[in-house]
Parts: sequence; C-alpha cells; structure tokens
Amino acid sequence: MENKNNWSLYEVFVRSKQGLSHRHVGSLRAPDDEIALQNARDVYTRRNEGISIWVVKSELITSSQPDEKSEFFDPSLDKVYRHPTFYHIPDGIEHM
Amino acid sequence: MDIQLEHFDKSIQQDISIEPKDWMPDAYRKTLIRQIGQHAHSEVVGMLPEGNWITRAPSLKRKAVLLAKVQDEAGHGLYLYSAAETLGADRDDMMDKLIAGKMKYSSIFNYPTLTWADVAAIGWLVDGAAIVNQVALCRTSYGPYARAMVRICKEESFHQRQGFEAMMMLANGTPEQKQMAQDAVNRFWWPALMMFGPSDDHSPNSAQSMAWKIKRFSNDELRQKFVDNTVPQVLQIGLQVPDPDIRFNEETGHYEFGEINWDEFYAVLKGQGPCNHERIEARRKAWEGGKWVRDAAAVFAQKQARKKVA
Repeated sequence: MENKNNWSLYEVFVRSKQGLSHRHVGSLRAPDDEIALQNARDVYTRRNEGISIWVVKSELITSSQPDEKSEFFDPSLDKVYRHPTFYHIPDGIEHM
Repeated sequence: MDIQLEHFDKSIQQDISIEPKDWMPDAYRKTLIRQIGQHAHSEVVGMLPEGNWITRAPSLKRKAVLLAKVQDEAGHGLYLYSAAETLGADRDDMMDKLIAGKMKYSSIFNYPTLTWADVAAIGWLVDGAAIVNQVALCRTSYGPYARAMVRICKEESFHQRQGFEAMMMLANGTPEQKQMAQDAVNRFWWPALMMFGPSDDHSPNSAQSMAWKIKRFSNDELRQKFVDNTVPQVLQIGLQVPDPDIRFNEETGHYEFGEINWDEFYAVLKGQGPCNHERIEARRKAWEGGKWVRDAAAVFAQKQARKKVA
C-alpha cells in the first residue's frame, strides 16, 4: 500500500510558564494527533519553553489573504475614537 | 503581474519580510526551496558523522551532551523542512531527491570522524562556521526561514561551546590527547572554511540572492569573519592553525589566510569526497528500511480517524 505523504502537517502552539497565551512556534509532520503532540513536546519544549501545547492540523486553519490586506484591516484606522489617546483630559486629572 | 512584482521589490527594499501567502517571483521561490531544502538535508546528514561516536564517547557526560546535540540537529532539520514546505515543497519529495543525489547537503559532512577529537572539532569549528552563516540568515528576506534561523542559532551556540570545551580539555590533557586535538584541527580546518561556499567571483547564485536579500553577506565576507573569530581561539588553547600563510594584518585588522584547495571542494560537491557514498547509503537504508513503519503509522491513523467518525 502506498502511503506517501499521508503524514499531516500540524501547527504547534506553546504557552510558556509566564505566558498568558499560546504562541505559534512552528510546525511538524505526524501521522496522528497523539504523535504530533509527543513530537512537539520533544522538538519545541526541550529547553523549558512551555507548559502547555496545542497542535492543530494546518488544513483546519483559514487565514486572511495578503492582497486583501488594505480593505481587510482599514476599518481599524478610521475609528481613532477606539483608542484612549483620542480623548483630551485636562492637566491635573490623575489616575486616568 | 507587474504590480505584484513592484510590490515584492518594494517589500524587499524596505526589509518587510516575505511571507508564505505573499506573491513572489518563481525564481525566488525556487532558489529558496533549493537553499532551505539543502540546509535541512545538511542537518539530517550531519547527524551521521557525530552519531558515529555516540557509542564510543569517552565519558558519560560527553555522551549525554553528544546525544542532546544530535537530537537538536534532528529538530533543526524539522524546522527547516517546515520552512521549505511553506513554499510549496514536499518533504517526502525532498528526501527522495536527496537520496537520488538531485539535492545537495553541506560539503563538510562528507568527511569522516576518525577520532573522538573530530567530534569536538565538529562542534567547535563546523558549528562555529554554521553560526556565522546562520546569524547572517536571521535577517534573510523570507520570514519563515529567518524565524527558523533565530531558533537554530540559539541552540547552535550550545553546540559550539560544548565542542570548544571538549577540545580545550584535550589540548590541556596528555601529550597524546593534545596531538589528537591538533590532528583533528588539521583535518577539519580547511573543510570548515569551505562551508562558506565558492569564492565571490565563482558563486553563480550570489548576485541574485544578495539582490533579493536572501543572503546579506557574501561568502568571502562570512569566511573572513569566521577566520577572524576562530584563529585567536585556536591559539588560546595552545594549538596551531594548519595554514603556513596565516598572519594578522595590522592595517586591515583581519587575518590573511592561504588559498583554499578548490579542486578538493568541487570534487566533494560532485560526490567524490571521502564519505559521500556512505552518507547517502545510510540515508537510503533508513528511508527505505523504515517505509513499512511509516506506512503502519499512517494506516493506524486512518483506522483511528474512522473510529472517531463512526
């Protein structure tokens, strides 16, 4: 039986001891989720990098398109009132 | 199309890293697959010369260190294959090409490890040369490659330091140990200098790679940096550089060194080095002999997946 390339690509996310969130650290190939997790442990946490690992098959990830960049991210630029620095506070008001 | 190329050129000029989904010229993609793929192969083939001494390491400490190091090399191969795959290359396909001799790996791993001191020389000189090369690649224009390099450089500095320490112990040991250390330096000095590739006027891929900022420094610049870094280290532990022409130039602040044996370099690249055949054979045996295990894992995974659905 030909099983060439049947090992899936997995993306690996690790949360470090002090880290608040999981961070993408790389990818690997594995036949199934369990082995992906074990290999991620061996490859990406050899030097105390983290205490929690997520692995997810790359094919399950949908990402934004680079050529849509401007349309996609523009709305955040024309809503400056979303930022606290937009508001003027007189001198002398503290702790705000 | 022209707009895409313009955008790409602008990104390169402004040092905005190129990412997997960005448009890139075909030749850029191809040359990166070649370079990253061969870099990955070098990590994998590089496990063999050192692996040769795992069962014979002289103390439990050195043996544990060597095991950790070879484990790192496997991880480095993995990071790099992943980076190559973001460009659309296929890992199994790259392995087939390596075994068929259609993709290269670093010339250095075609040299045999004849004594324990050779393992130390590899850590110190070979990984030292790799670091000079790879630190420069941490700012390469393709994002996934640059990020892999950052990870790898952190780990390589462990490799280099342990190699230097092992060599220093030998150089400070018995006369026999010191001789063994010197012999290893004699054997690996020139091959380490060859790791930086052909000289600038004979390097066909360089101009384009520099323009695309895949390479940030020329082969000769990096080689000079390595020599400047390393000669004082050799002298400091009481060993000699096997080059009668080596001398420090007060004016330039650099070491001048003798001519590399380019005939040897090209012979090794063409597959006529001391261990080319042996290395590829070992890879082929492992790949073909392990096929049934890979197939078993794949079939088991399919079975588990069906169970989950049912």
